[in-house]
Amino acid sequence: MTIISSNIRRDLSSDEVTRFSRQLLLEEIGVAGQERLRAARVLIVGVGGLGAPAAIYLAAAGVGTLGLVDADEVEASNLQRQIIYGYKDIDRPKVASAADRLKDLSPDIKVDTWNLRLDSRNAKKIIEGYDVVVDGTDNFPTRYLISDACVLLGKPNVYASILRFEGQVSVFDARNGPCYRCLYPAPPPPGLVPSCGEGGVMGVLPGVLGCIQANEAIKLIVGGAPGLTGRLLLFDAWNMTFNEVALEKDLDCPICGRNPTVTELIDYEDFCGLSEPETKIQSLSPTELKEKLAGGGPLQIIDIREPHERSLFKFEGTKPIPFGQLVRRIEEFDPKTDLVFICKIGLRSAFAIRTLQRAGYQGPMYNLDGGVNAWTRRFNPAMVIY
Amino acid sequence: MPIIVKLPAALRTYTGHKGDMHLEAATVGDIINHLAETWPDLKPHLLDEDGSLRSFVSVFVDGRSIKSTGGLATVISDGQTVTLVPAIAGGGTNS
Repeated sequence: MTIISSNIRRDLSSDEVTRFSRQLLLEEIGVAGQERLRAARVLIVGVGGLGAPAAIYLAAAGVGTLGLVDADEVEASNLQRQIIYGYKDIDRPKVASAADRLKDLSPDIKVDTWNLRLDSRNAKKIIEGYDVVVDGTDNFPTRYLISDACVLLGKPNVYASILRFEGQVSVFDARNGPCYRCLYPAPPPPGLVPSCGEGGVMGVLPGVLGCIQANEAIKLIVGGAPGLTGRLLLFDAWNMTFNEVALEKDLDCPICGRNPTVTELIDYEDFCGLSEPETKIQSLSPTELKEKLAGGGPLQIIDIREPHERSLFKFEGTKPIPFGQLVRRIEEFDPKTDLVFICKIGLRSAFAIRTLQRAGYQGPMYNLDGGVNAWTRRFNPAMVIY
Repeated sequence: MPIIVKLPAALRTYTGHKGDMHLEAATVGDIINHLAETWPDLKPHLLDEDGSLRSFVSVFVDGRSIKSTGGLATVISDGQTVTLVPAIAGGGTNS
């Protein structure tokens, strides 16, 4: 079975025969498979660590149309893993830079560039023009949006996500298997799970998983291969292990189950709890923290970064308690002392405050807005930001 | 031979970086409760306030989801592997 209609016959050119000879020699692909690849339209949402290698391999394999969705510009910190970009691309829109590279690799390719963020208003209109979606995004709202839109449009969703040294990859195709909601009916509340920007990621990891996504997309197009539908592959790059677990369709799934209650795209920011008003966290700017330190009142700064991260930038006079130990060590905090929580960019420290609030801590807590990076920019601009 | 419990990196932050553990237990619920009691910072990542398994964590026994085998009441025996797979969203992009 293939996702490409059989009505696509057009002989391969001599140039195509030469360029794709190594896969034309594969019985499972051959001329028919190559023609399907040329007719195929693949949408890559997020041209980052996952999307970049996926795009390169899909273009190299002869996929005829690639759609790229990404609202960001290339940053220097991307180059560690987003290998479609070079130094000269910094500050350029990712989709434009990636399109140049893909056209260089495959001159006949059609690249649609969507320099925007996928949302509930544009998702169906964009996705319906493609045969398969590769999910390379970095946030829960967009992952649920892609999954739901693919279910509603009947498209396969080649999914992967990563953190630190580990990743997971699957194909969600609700027509003959589970969808993302069958695996995770609801997302974690905001702040419970760190992002790669805070948690870090090994550059090769999205390379491996992005290549697996390209592999699965190619197999869906060519047809006839066992795929990852109903299977979740877990990759650990540090211990170099692949594990697999079976995914089953949830018959009560609100979108692909027996009695769907979600029949249109919804507000995914709201679904992921991002639009709920949360209890206010008191924050301090770097200048306000400096003034507070000079004021001499009872104050303790808690550095919630991991030891290896603290060594990248030492913040003097703090008590280090890694994020994952806060509740366990709650007795070490004095409710009569003002606590100021710090991390790299001020996100995890805000989560730290919420974690302690949930655990019942009553004392005054403040968040250093923008984290140690904001402090460095304000008071040590010559220092390197990590 | 005890139960083998596998925790991914996303949860090891809360267990002092302990990943694979060997535990004695009769059900998946025993394992989850033991982890939540031993590592209080891990608890909100596994259990709701009412003690049910979080909707963003999937648990597998020898590769099979506990959703179809009785949830936390799933009976386990020595030598089986319990794998916790929480939702992660990273894509190696900017955020």
